[in-house]
Amino acid sequence: MLNLVISGLATGSIYALVAVGFTLLWQTSQTINFAQGEFVMLPAFVVLAAMHAGLPFPMAILVGLVACVFVLGILFQRVLVAPMLKHGVLPLAVATMALSILMRESVKEFYSAEAQPFPSLLPDATVDVLGIAVSLQSVGVLVASVIAVTALQVFINRTSIGAQMQATAQNPTVARILGVPVERMILITFVINAVLVVLASLLVTPIYLAKFSSGEILGMAAFIAAIVGGFNQVRGAIAGGLLLGVVDNFAAAYLSAQYRTAVPLFILIAVILFRPQGLFGRSEERAV
Amino acid sequence: MTPRARLIGIAAAACLVAILLFLPLGLNTYGLFILSMWAVMSIAAMGLNLTLGYAGQVSLAQGAFVGIGAYTAALLTINGYSLALAFAAAALLCFAVGWLLGYPALRVQHHYLAFVTLAFSTLAYLVFRNEEWLTKGIYGISGVPRPAALGIDLAKPLPFYYFCLAILAVVVVAVWWLVKSPWGRAFVAIRENPLRARSLGVNTSRYTLLAFAIGSGLGGIAGALYAPLVEFVDPSPFTLLLSLNLLMMVIVGGSGYFAGPLLGAIIAVLLPEWLRAIQSYYLILYALLVMAILMWSPTGILGIADAWLERRRSIARSRALAEKTPTLASGEDA
Repeated sequence: MLNLVISGLATGSIYALVAVGFTLLWQTSQTINFAQGEFVMLPAFVVLAAMHAGLPFPMAILVGLVACVFVLGILFQRVLVAPMLKHGVLPLAVATMALSILMRESVKEFYSAEAQPFPSLLPDATVDVLGIAVSLQSVGVLVASVIAVTALQVFINRTSIGAQMQATAQNPTVARILGVPVERMILITFVINAVLVVLASLLVTPIYLAKFSSGEILGMAAFIAAIVGGFNQVRGAIAGGLLLGVVDNFAAAYLSAQYRTAVPLFILIAVILFRPQGLFGRSEERAV
Repeated sequence: MTPRARLIGIAAAACLVAILLFLPLGLNTYGLFILSMWAVMSIAAMGLNLTLGYAGQVSLAQGAFVGIGAYTAALLTINGYSLALAFAAAALLCFAVGWLLGYPALRVQHHYLAFVTLAFSTLAYLVFRNEEWLTKGIYGISGVPRPAALGIDLAKPLPFYYFCLAILAVVVVAVWWLVKSPWGRAFVAIRENPLRARSLGVNTSRYTLLAFAIGSGLGGIAGALYAPLVEFVDPSPFTLLLSLNLLMMVIVGGSGYFAGPLLGAIIAVLLPEWLRAIQSYYLILYALLVMAILMWSPTGILGIADAWLERRRSIARSRALAEKTPTLASGEDA
């Protein structure tokens, strides 16, 4: 029971990382990133490629981080998002769908269609939590995610750049009048998202292997988590991710395998019907 | 629309009809299948365009409605009912499901329709896959018959292609009529300015719901055509991916333009087939092309044509104005 909760929280915390990035992009620049799942898939392959080229694991991670921050953060924002932003939400959303196809197919063609094993940051052991043996993997994932999310919260709430980011998210026009460099803030958000997906990738891939198609499930989970938690709230995305992870785990343990994937969808529909702003969200402030 | 633009439009339509009528005579079975599939996807995309392009609602369930239509048609025709009945049943069922689905979602706030339809799409796929007593699960329903219509045997690919084309033509005319009707104008009014539409006495929630339900019904018709075309219905084509693909067709073709979905379906159905020449890289190239089109013109391909015509027109206008205005030079001559 407790084991299910903890491993659920571990999966959920990865969903939360991805969902937080997702909501950040939405808040600062109305980008619905349908390629978010592929964003998590790619870094693992970059790290694998770097290791293939002969780099040791830690160096490969560093290379992966730098490359992904550049490509998934800066290039993505500069080349795709910035020019399309002024034309509304939908064309950009569809462009990210195309981007997800591009990333999936490129990895399949240029790396491999087979699932690749990925070295773990943590040894495969169990630890004792409240008298129950829990896999160190789960605990490690949970701890790493909590640290990352806390650091992000501190950054957003306690630093000047964080305050400027919030201003950008709340009202870009006024923020600009007050001298906030809005474009730079948007760029920083994309970089943060890139760091989050790299972290999520490093945490999730040792468990589920690196595969070109693994982004679909993750992207969907993050999307649902973001909506369930409240599309416009970082803490909502965290709560949504954790909730989804635990529910997912319990559904896997106690429900038929066939309709296991339906459970998060029912939660999604229920939330939309009874609490449309999300469990932790505010009502949308933007005018229609 | 200026007379000239109308002329161009009519000429383009005539060319398209001519190509669609005579091109297939030289095609093999596979080519005919792809062209028929284009007609099917065009119908579904036109339905989505009604919901998205005209009424401004994002639906991510169009693929699921195509699936519901396909299963309905397959189950009915296999049990001996006529294809006409299958079409009616598929359209009505999808219309009703669309109505039931849209009712709570649109009551809350409108962009929630996208989320609800996203969930519905995945749920519908799970039902197709798991309810084996009805859908035969992953094994699918094979041997869907191609019945005769109006005394013509449709079993061969070429007659069936013309049948698809005929259905597409009927849908095109019906949607054209709908868009020009007061309903169509109400849809556009809601998309452009919901508040104003409401203040002018348009029942916005009723009309948005109607647009979504009719769009879903067209998805059902596309599905009813899909089943006898492929002669086999299984869950795998009706994942969320199909819905996203249909959305891509509408946006890339030009959302809100009447011919947008037809063009978008060409890009999505025919282009990958042409690109097959370059082997397995075709999906990569396809994705790059879609992104390039959208970055160049976020309003889709017809948006590019529209902007070009508009620019020519404005140049012509200012030239005409310049000729009428007396300049300093001509003033001295006089």
